[in-house]
Amino acid sequence: MEVDEVVRLPRLSRVAVCGGTHGNELSGEFLAKKKSRRRRSRKTPPRQSLNRCRMVSLSPRGPLPGAVPYEMIRSRELNATLGPKGSPGAVELVCDLHNTTANMGLCLIAYSDCDWICLHIFRHLQASAHSGKINPKSYSLDSVGKHGFAMEIGPQPHGVVRSNVYAAMKAGVQHMLDWVCFFNSGSTFEGEYVDVFTMIKHIDYPRDRETRKIRAAIHPQLQDQDFCLLHPEDPLFQTFSGETLRYKGDEALYPFFINECAYYEKGIALSLARKRRVMVPAIRVQTERERQAHMEEEEEE
Amino acid sequence: MSSYGSSVRVAEASRVAIFGGTHGNEMSGVTLVNLWVKNSAEIQRKRVETKPFITNPKAVEKCSRYVDTDLNRAFTPENLRYTRHTAGNVSAPAGDELPYEVQRAQEINRIFGPKGSPEAYDVVFDLHNTTSNMGCTLILESSKDHFNLQMMNYIKKAIAPASCLVLLNEHPLLKYSTSRSVAKHPVGLEVGPQPQGVLRSNIFEAMRVILKHALDFIELFNEGMEFPTCTVEVFRVLDRIDYPRDANGNIIAMVHPNLQDCDWEPLNPGDPMFQSFDGKTIRYQGLGTVFPTFINEAAYYEKQQAFVTTRREALVASAIRKV
Repeated sequence: MEVDEVVRLPRLSRVAVCGGTHGNELSGEFLAKKKSRRRRSRKTPPRQSLNRCRMVSLSPRGPLPGAVPYEMIRSRELNATLGPKGSPGAVELVCDLHNTTANMGLCLIAYSDCDWICLHIFRHLQASAHSGKINPKSYSLDSVGKHGFAMEIGPQPHGVVRSNVYAAMKAGVQHMLDWVCFFNSGSTFEGEYVDVFTMIKHIDYPRDRETRKIRAAIHPQLQDQDFCLLHPEDPLFQTFSGETLRYKGDEALYPFFINECAYYEKGIALSLARKRRVMVPAIRVQTERERQAHMEEEEEE
Repeated sequence: MSSYGSSVRVAEASRVAIFGGTHGNEMSGVTLVNLWVKNSAEIQRKRVETKPFITNPKAVEKCSRYVDTDLNRAFTPENLRYTRHTAGNVSAPAGDELPYEVQRAQEINRIFGPKGSPEAYDVVFDLHNTTSNMGCTLILESSKDHFNLQMMNYIKKAIAPASCLVLLNEHPLLKYSTSRSVAKHPVGLEVGPQPQGVLRSNIFEAMRVILKHALDFIELFNEGMEFPTCTVEVFRVLDRIDYPRDANGNIIAMVHPNLQDCDWEPLNPGDPMFQSFDGKTIRYQGLGTVFPTFINEAAYYEKQQAFVTTRREALVASAIRKV
């Protein structure tokens, strides 16, 4: 593919902006309510995860025999509404709104490094000095649409709405919707190189062998330093007896999701990413004739 | 000025408890108490029995604030009195189990109380975190507790120039029945900001240092040291301010960016207080300057509280020495 070749992509007729996937990440919930998107306004207890469709229970005593967990029911409903996943009927773009207790600023999380729509949206937002990362392993709500990404903003405690975080998310969603309008109206978006972070691995807290309780906290020099390069031998954890535990990897990597509340139970104190440069081609929306031709080609296949 | 003749005599503080996990997702206290249950060397002092104790183990296990009801509101006389034998006098679900936290309150009252009796523990430190930017805060329940006032004065001086403020909640309506209230001298320790479920090392260490000084004070007091009269600046709770809500009770505005994180800074009439979701500013309409705190605490959304207002006061602590 030539650098200056313009890729034609289908129109983005339907965009879903989803809040409340994690019921205690409040910016998205309030923003989605404000934008009057169709959503079920029901509180899920903290740490229940609609993302990843884990088999979780609402009851502290476990699910009733034969009962289907609420989030499983919701995932099927959402797949019916926004999907079905992988089908021509799926919405064109899903934007899933999240907050994190980590100091990540505004971060776009995509699940593919060749989703040109998402990468161009990211570039458009980056014009306002935001950062983005790619996580090819994620399996989440955004995947029910043809294109999808999560908009993650922190730091914000769960259960709290901070006006600065809300404003950033509102602006981010508005920029995204503006971009979709420009795209649908025929603008060409020039190709360029984009820096993305690709997740390499997670690091768990040091834990007591028997009780599995954590025995160290994120080191004060690492706390809040998301996306600042972590070098071998840099402080990583501080034990409760004051000892510093250092990063023992061979390669300097970029830490993120440092001290995210919901990840303690997933065994993640922080994640580490490599930064790399992705070439994003120029794109513009398909004309009606191009769309017909594309459909005829697919039918022949 | 010699205070020998005018010292208030206070009983030796020989039994002290440190409560963690009253709210199961406030991680500094949970972590410190678990550490000290395993190895209590750090908290031992001469002439004091210091007991670390997890007050709400089920909430700690779930990493939630509570299971059925807020433990830190559960120590009411009604709850502590309620048994199957007194069921006729108190409204409670007939035949059903009591809420978990009410059972815990009764158990804690048995071990560390009974509340209001001579057998109660001398001092209880109750460890909490807040999502508010309150820094280190000591919470006092009575302006006449000279022992506590002297301890708080000692702690403030010991950690200076770092700050440790004192919040006094003696408000007849807003005061609540805390877990620490089983003791003769209840001390709340609130350190923030820290998200629920998260352990930040700086917050953890700050709490640890304050407890160290508190226990040092008790040791000095028990050895016979006299603490001369002193003046302690406190912030007295005045009022609770809720979020603006619509007719269905839904929140329609957020803490204003000018007020967010400004705990303990003066809020004057006309200052921005809330910001609606479409950007409109709602201003503080009180009569005079107040000092807000507990600004945007996550757990207080359901308690209809965006922040509390306080006023600054100087309390005089009598000189004290042990009996």
